[in-house]
Amino acid sequence: METLLANLGIGFGAVLAFEPLSLFGLTLPVPMNLVYAFLGAFVGTMIGVLPGLGPLATIAMLLPATYVLPPLGGLIMIAGIYYGAQYGGSTTSILVNLPGEVSSVITCVDGYQMARRGRAGVALTTAALGSFFAGCVATVLVAAFAAPLTEIAFEFGPTEYFSLMVLGLISAVVLASGSVAKASAMVCLGLLGGLVGTDVNSGVSRYAFNIPELADGIGLVVVAMGVFGFAEVIRGVEQKEVREVFTKKVTNLFPTKADFKRMIAPVLRGTALGSLLGILPGGGPILASFGAYALEKKISKNSAEFGKGAIEGVAAPESANNAAAQTSFIPLLTLGLPSNAVMAMMVGAMMVHNIQPGPQVMTSNPTLFWGLIVSMWIGNLMLVVLNLPLIAIWVKFLMVPYRFLYPAILVFCSIGAYTVNNNTFDVLMTAGFGLLGYVFIKLGCEVAPLLLGFVLGPMMEENFRRSLLLARGDFTVFVTSPLSLALLGIAVVLVVIVARPAIKSKREEAFRKE
Amino acid sequence: MRIKNQKDFWAGILFIGFGLFFAGLGTQYTMGTAARVGPGYFPTALGVIVILLGIVVSVSGLSAKAPAEKVDDFHFPTLLLILGSIALFGLLLKPLGLMISLFILIAVSSYASHEFSWKAMLINAAVLIGLCLAVFVWGLKLELKLWPSLIGY
Repeated sequence: METLLANLGIGFGAVLAFEPLSLFGLTLPVPMNLVYAFLGAFVGTMIGVLPGLGPLATIAMLLPATYVLPPLGGLIMIAGIYYGAQYGGSTTSILVNLPGEVSSVITCVDGYQMARRGRAGVALTTAALGSFFAGCVATVLVAAFAAPLTEIAFEFGPTEYFSLMVLGLISAVVLASGSVAKASAMVCLGLLGGLVGTDVNSGVSRYAFNIPELADGIGLVVVAMGVFGFAEVIRGVEQKEVREVFTKKVTNLFPTKADFKRMIAPVLRGTALGSLLGILPGGGPILASFGAYALEKKISKNSAEFGKGAIEGVAAPESANNAAAQTSFIPLLTLGLPSNAVMAMMVGAMMVHNIQPGPQVMTSNPTLFWGLIVSMWIGNLMLVVLNLPLIAIWVKFLMVPYRFLYPAILVFCSIGAYTVNNNTFDVLMTAGFGLLGYVFIKLGCEVAPLLLGFVLGPMMEENFRRSLLLARGDFTVFVTSPLSLALLGIAVVLVVIVARPAIKSKREEAFRKE
Repeated sequence: MRIKNQKDFWAGILFIGFGLFFAGLGTQYTMGTAARVGPGYFPTALGVIVILLGIVVSVSGLSAKAPAEKVDDFHFPTLLLILGSIALFGLLLKPLGLMISLFILIAVSSYASHEFSWKAMLINAAVLIGLCLAVFVWGLKLELKLWPSLIGY
């Protein structure tokens, strides 16, 4: 406990540190990390509010900008965008009946009904307070679990890491919506894409066709911007826009005493479920919000009111998605394993600054580690302030038509793709990945597993090789190490469960609601 | 034979194609031994897995029990305008500089919209170019050439 407090002290010290900043010839001491947290929270809320622009595309777009920031500042900003989007997404769901984010889809159901009954303000407050509570709890969880899990992670050798990645990728596939075979193929394609370039062990250039730009491998920014940014824009432009803003003024933000009473249990349950689902590889805010809504509908005594503006239907999923956004940092910070596509981009941001994600970060770079955790709590506090009193500003953002928005996305992506290596070849390659992403969307293949595989590809091959080298070519090493056997065992159980006909139909039914 | 689930069928074919590409080229690299895995081993194995998964996916699309699904139409003008505008930006940035290539990017991509208007596009272009100058050139101080070399800096 005392070490935890001391560690949080390091974090607060790092986040609140003042740095000199020169602007217009004046040099002033500014708490730069607070500024980055605010920027992240602000941008996150903005893109959360805007339908058609999600956290994946935005983080891809801003990834090159974080390369020039100091490591802690860059990570704080990406994290802020991620959980900020969970706050902003609910605003659009409630006011427009259109999800600002995928993780707020389910909030539309009861949130919009509340708005139609003139209770939009109450719904917004419920979402924000629920998110804030969940964010605080999840931050404490991250801080509390980080140290013990890191200890376990140090026991891991290459064999265990390989098996852990197999488990992670398999559960990502199982938890993704749609066909398991398709998602598995996407993961494997991602892994293959990650192998393009010079092989570090042998120096052999793979799949590069003597193109110098490919010798260093395909950049994460190129893939992420292409499949999330450009592909989404093309799909957004081809759809005719239908957006009816619920323009009634948002008044009366304060929930009544009865509202508060009904809110407490769903918020607690949503936070618990969301925190749990966030830790799972492949889990995250989307799964958490759907799960929390389904759970609440089943056990609430007001279940008859669901779909007609039940406050529980807003409180539970909104708490859950924010909790999950935050706890999904746990596997990344302790094991160095990204559990979803946003975390995969965090890995990219860390690697650029020569920080290898994994258990050693906590000891070798404590200010970064604890600073990031503390910034999440501060960011959540900023978000409540940003979202409630300033709601009128965000409603204005909702009015920005897509025809103004998408050229801006393209401009920022194109310049960003260029500036990573000052190379126009990267811009052309990003366009190519945009085409690929568009084709995948049309064929009903989810692209997030592809990005996850892409980041894990080189790590997985490296650990595979090292395990076999240490075992002198004995393949049984993966099942003779007890830890590795257990991890692979869980993976097999997951596959068997999903393959069972009864579960299969239930699963398909559950995802069809999306 | 009728293809019941076209999305699955074509996705499977695409996977098989990618798998063949990666596995086929993978065999060209050294396989190594089990104790010293060569550069060809891992990608070839993955390529084979992708081929197998591709077969599963496309066969399941042919099955009579598969839910009937068609592939949504590709909207080629949109696709061409958006990707073309990005490609143009990439090709023109070095010779023409940031200002002109940005304008072309915004103009061509805006044209793809259902509600294109010249006036709105020009306003949007002015705002976005101004924003880019503020953020990238003056804020982040990135080395970007602004104008074609002919006019000087």
